[in-house]
Amino acid sequence: METRLTGKVIVVGNNIDTDQIYPGAYLALTDPKEIGTHCLEGVSSDISPNFPQGGFVAAGRNFGCGSSREHAPIALLAMGAKAVLADSFARIFYRNAVNLGLLPIVCPGVSQKVKDGYTLTLDLDAGTVTVQETGEVLPCDPLGEQQKMILEAGGIKPLMRKRFGKE
Amino acid sequence: MHALEKILAKNSGRESVKAGEIITAKVDFAEINDLYLQTVYSFYEMGGEKVWDNERCAFVFDHYAPCPDVKSASNHKEMREFAKKNNLRFHFDVNCGVCHQVMPEAGVIYPGMIVVATDSHTTTHGAFGAMGTGCGATDMATILMTGELWFRVPEIIEVRLEGKAQKGVFPKDVILAVLGKIRADGAVYKAIDFTGSYVEELGVAGRMVICNMAVEMGAKTAYMQPNKEVLDYVSKRAVRPYEVQYTDPGYEYTESYVFNVSELTPQLSCPSSVENVHTLESVLAEGDVRLDQGYIGSCTGGRVDDIEVAAKILKGRHIAPYTRLVIVPASAEVMQECINKGYIQDLINAGATIMAPGCAACLGVHAGIIAPGEVCITSTNRNFPGRMGSKEAKLYLASPAAVAASMINGKITDPREYL
Repeated sequence: METRLTGKVIVVGNNIDTDQIYPGAYLALTDPKEIGTHCLEGVSSDISPNFPQGGFVAAGRNFGCGSSREHAPIALLAMGAKAVLADSFARIFYRNAVNLGLLPIVCPGVSQKVKDGYTLTLDLDAGTVTVQETGEVLPCDPLGEQQKMILEAGGIKPLMRKRFGKE
Repeated sequence: MHALEKILAKNSGRESVKAGEIITAKVDFAEINDLYLQTVYSFYEMGGEKVWDNERCAFVFDHYAPCPDVKSASNHKEMREFAKKNNLRFHFDVNCGVCHQVMPEAGVIYPGMIVVATDSHTTTHGAFGAMGTGCGATDMATILMTGELWFRVPEIIEVRLEGKAQKGVFPKDVILAVLGKIRADGAVYKAIDFTGSYVEELGVAGRMVICNMAVEMGAKTAYMQPNKEVLDYVSKRAVRPYEVQYTDPGYEYTESYVFNVSELTPQLSCPSSVENVHTLESVLAEGDVRLDQGYIGSCTGGRVDDIEVAAKILKGRHIAPYTRLVIVPASAEVMQECINKGYIQDLINAGATIMAPGCAACLGVHAGIIAPGEVCITSTNRNFPGRMGSKEAKLYLASPAAVAASMINGKITDPREYL
């Protein structure tokens, strides 16, 4: 797992639910690429086509609340996001993100301290997010042991394949 | 220990568990709804061959019931083939209804069990003294392969509901009032135990409404100690023997909230966040709220009790001109009972549109979508932007009685005027 990531950020608000991340009208879609084109369409349909590849989404509290739809992290990954930085996460979204290898990082206050297009460096070992434009260094909560174990394996799928002797 | 901790301990083969521990627990029943073809894909990607137990997992085709387009029909086809190939004992196709209604009816939900489903509203089953929690597609695939899932043992919040509801105040109003206070993230990663004299007296349907919306506060699961009505319900239906768990006297909750239900009046969750809760009276005091659609349905507000109160209010009356009222029974069993009791006829006479049992427009997929600029009052659980269609539409969450009363006038109306 990469522990130092640099990329540009887009900023969204509090209580961004999974309907806003991935609207119900597209739930029958199954191709990740196609799913990614609708990411965050409930906030703005301009986000996905212009998303900085390898970048971050910064959010307020309770990111990913609502429906358990796994399309939400699939869409974020397919759109090109590596991590979501937020004040807090809803639990099903958090689990789904970890399972698929999308980093859900609790970074209190981040959405107030960065603006769209800023460049951030997430350092998982140091537990920090550095904002290039302002030089500010924001602390992040460490990942739990279970979450780290899954993320380091590249998600739950490689772990299960190993458990069932498929690789 | 709390009853929920006893359930987790029993299913993980431990003497006891405590909040914050990571455990692996057996899942007694796993349900996959029809938004989750990804579960089948993840199952095969991870090397799955056969499900761990063909009597303990099932599909419920509820979100696209029946299918509105070729893509969802193709998804159903693939899931149906998976169910057939695995010879699943239970299969709930498009003729059944919403998973959280259909599963208890089929007897696969009972006290003391763990049920995991690919649906956030799985907290509903706390109504039966079960531990229910939602998960995503790939977590579900791991359950189908292994019969178990890892959990973090949650802290438990007590929400004590005391007193008797006044006329015009329904379980939906009670849970909206709780939600307005605890907020949309007040219970994230935690469990909510609903206690108190109001809960002790509450029937099965009302309990399901309250536990259902626990997830709107972020809760991992909800719990209510089963009462006589619950035990009567499950004893007629349960497909397995079960053991009711009880919380030890003196158990200390992480947090406790007390609500005096007797003081509550009808509530509304206003656009466009579930926590934006106000009394209906205070919203009316600001002026009329014109409506285009009313909606009664879903795993929150589509049961016999809900359709009954709407039918009683609308009997001999008619919805306002140029509005519509969509009724979606939560299950075929609910629909049948409502037909037998004449409620469906009364609602048709009043100008309502009756849909097939399922999730329908609750999540903006089909069967009652609203247009930009429209306003809908609904007995469902979420009013997020775009939830029922256009993100430029507005949704008010309310009791089924408030929905019915409002549609008579084409504007938000206090249901007490018609009760």
